[in-house]
Amino acid sequence: MSATIAPIRTRRRRRELTMRWGVGALLWLLAVAFVVPFVWMLSSSLKRNIDVFVVPMNWIPDPVQWLNYVEVWIGSGSLLRFFGNSLLVSGTSLVGDLLTASMAGYAFAMLRFRGRDRIFFIYLATAVVPSQLLLVPRFMFFQQLGLYNTLWALILPGLFTLYGTFLMRQFFVASPPELGEAARIDGANEWQVFWRIYLPLARPMLAALGIISFVGSWNDYETPLVMLSTENLYTIPLGLTTFIDGDGGLSAGLAMAASFSAVLPLIVIFLLFQRHFVAALAHTGIK
Amino acid sequence: MPVSPATALPVESLVGPPAPVRGGSLSRRQGRVGWLFILPSMTGFLVFTLVPLIAGLGIAFTDWNVVSGLSGINLVGLDNFRGLLTDPMFWSSAGRTLFYAGLAVPGTMVGGLLLGLALNLDVPGRAVLRAVFFLPHIVTSIAIGMIWLLLLNPQNGVVNNALRTLGITEPPSWLVSESWSLPSLILIAIWSGVGYCAVIYLAGIQSLPQELYEAAMLDGAGVWRRFRTITWPSLMPTTTFLGVTLVISQSQGFGLINFLTAGGPGTSTTTLSYYMYQEGFQYYRFGYAAAIGVMSFLGVIVVSALLWRYQKGRGLYT
Repeated sequence: MSATIAPIRTRRRRRELTMRWGVGALLWLLAVAFVVPFVWMLSSSLKRNIDVFVVPMNWIPDPVQWLNYVEVWIGSGSLLRFFGNSLLVSGTSLVGDLLTASMAGYAFAMLRFRGRDRIFFIYLATAVVPSQLLLVPRFMFFQQLGLYNTLWALILPGLFTLYGTFLMRQFFVASPPELGEAARIDGANEWQVFWRIYLPLARPMLAALGIISFVGSWNDYETPLVMLSTENLYTIPLGLTTFIDGDGGLSAGLAMAASFSAVLPLIVIFLLFQRHFVAALAHTGIK
Repeated sequence: MPVSPATALPVESLVGPPAPVRGGSLSRRQGRVGWLFILPSMTGFLVFTLVPLIAGLGIAFTDWNVVSGLSGINLVGLDNFRGLLTDPMFWSSAGRTLFYAGLAVPGTMVGGLLLGLALNLDVPGRAVLRAVFFLPHIVTSIAIGMIWLLLLNPQNGVVNNALRTLGITEPPSWLVSESWSLPSLILIAIWSGVGYCAVIYLAGIQSLPQELYEAAMLDGAGVWRRFRTITWPSLMPTTTFLGVTLVISQSQGFGLINFLTAGGPGTSTTTLSYYMYQEGFQYYRFGYAAAIGVMSFLGVIVVSALLWRYQKGRGLYT
C-alpha cells in the first residue's frame, strides 16, 4: 500500500514546497505595504517640517532633527502630560478590569447561586451593544455628577468590561473544580479558594486580558473626545491631534515625532507579549 | 500557540456547562458568596451599560437638548423618529454607512481569510509576517490617521508622488476629494483591520482536524475542493463572529472620520455614526442623536441576524 502512495507523496510534497515559497514571497512583498508607512513615520519624525514633503523623498533624514522629539516631549504642548493622563487612566482601568472580571468570571463559572445563569445571559445579550450608543446617556450621567471633563469619566467605565468577564469565565469553566473542593475540605473559605488557588492558575489569561484592556483604553479616542474639553486632561490619542497647526495644516515632522512616541510603547508591549495577545484574541472567537 | 480547540463556538455554548451541584449548606454559603463576587462587576454593568442603554432608548423619545437642559426635558413620543424619516441627511448618511461598511467589512474579511490561509502554509518567517500584518490593529487609530493623512496628501504626499512617477498625471485627491474621501477611509479601514482578521482566521484554521484533509486528499480532492467542502464550512462560526463584530465596529465608529475628514468634504464622509456624533456632541441635540443611535443599532441587529441565519445550517458541525 505505502509503495503506491509514495510517488504521489513526493510529488505532492514538491508542489507544496514551491507553493510555500511562492506564497511566502508574495506575503513578504505585501508586508512591505504594512511596514513602509511606519518606517516613513519614523523617518519623517526626524526631519524638519519643510523636508518631509521633499521630492524625491529621502529615507534617511538630513539633517537629523532630534529637536522634534525634544519639542514634542517638553515643549509648549507637551506630550508628557498626555502620557501621564493615559498612564493613569489605562493603568487604573487595567487593575480594575482584571479584578472585577476575574471575580465575576470565576463566580459565573465556578460558584452556584440563584439567578447566576439569568444574569450571565443579560450580560451576553448586551455584548453587541456598541459603546457609541451609550455615549449620550453616559455623557448626561457624568455631567449630572459633575464628573464631565474629569479623568473619572474615562476611568470609571473602564473598571469593568463585558469582554473581560467573558474571557475569564471561559477560562474558569475549563478549570478543574476538584482543586477547590480539596481546599474547602481543608478549611479554606471561598475567597481563599479563589485568590490562592484559582487566580494563580489564570495568570496567562490575566496577562492577555491585561494587555487587551490596557491597549484598548490607551487607544480610545472617542470617549475622551466626548467627555473632555480641557487640553490639560487629554489622553494620548486626543493629545496627538493637538499637533495639528491652528491653520489646519500639519507640522509634519512634529506630528510624526509625537505619533511615533505614542506608538512605540504599544509596539514594544505587543512584541513582548505577542503570544498572549494573539492567544486571547483567538479565544474571543468564542464570543 | 495555545489556541483553544473551542475557538469560534456559537453563543449558546457559553451558557453551559453548569457548575457541579453541591451539598445543601455549602451551596447556600456559595449563594451569598457568589453574589459578593459578581457585585463589583454587576455595579459597573448596571451603571455603565444597562442603565445607559435603557436611558439611551428613553432619551430617543425626548426633545432633550442643550437649551432645554435636564429640567426642560419633554417626552415627544415618536417625533424624533418621524423627523428622521423626512431628514434627507439621515437617509444620505445611512446610504454612506451602507456603502462604507458594505465594502470595508467584506474587504477586510476576504483579505484576512486569504492572509490567514497563506500564513497557514508555514511560509518562511511566518511569525514576523503575522506580527507585521497585525501591527496596525494595535496602533492608536489617530497615529494611523496621521500617517495616512500625510501619505495621501494630494499635492506632495508619497502615494501621489509614486502614482505620478508611474505615469498617472492626475492622481486622486484622496481625503480632500468628495468622490474619493469615503473610498480612502475604506482603504485605510481594510489596511488596519486585515491583519486582525488574518490572526483570528489562522487560529480557526489551525484548530481544524488534520485528518479531514488527509482523507480528502486520498479521495483526490484538489485545493479548491478542500477549501470549499472543509475549510470554509468549518470556519463558518469564525466568519460570523468576525462579520458581526466588524459590522458593529465599522458602522458605529466615528473617531477616525472625525479626525481625518470631519464628515467632509461637503458631507461626503458623514456616516450615520458621525451624524449622531455631530447632532449629539456638536449641536447638543441629545434626543435626536439618541434616535439616530437607536436606528443605526437596529440596522446592526438586522444585519447580524441575517449573517446568523445565513451561517446556520451551512457550518460543518451544525
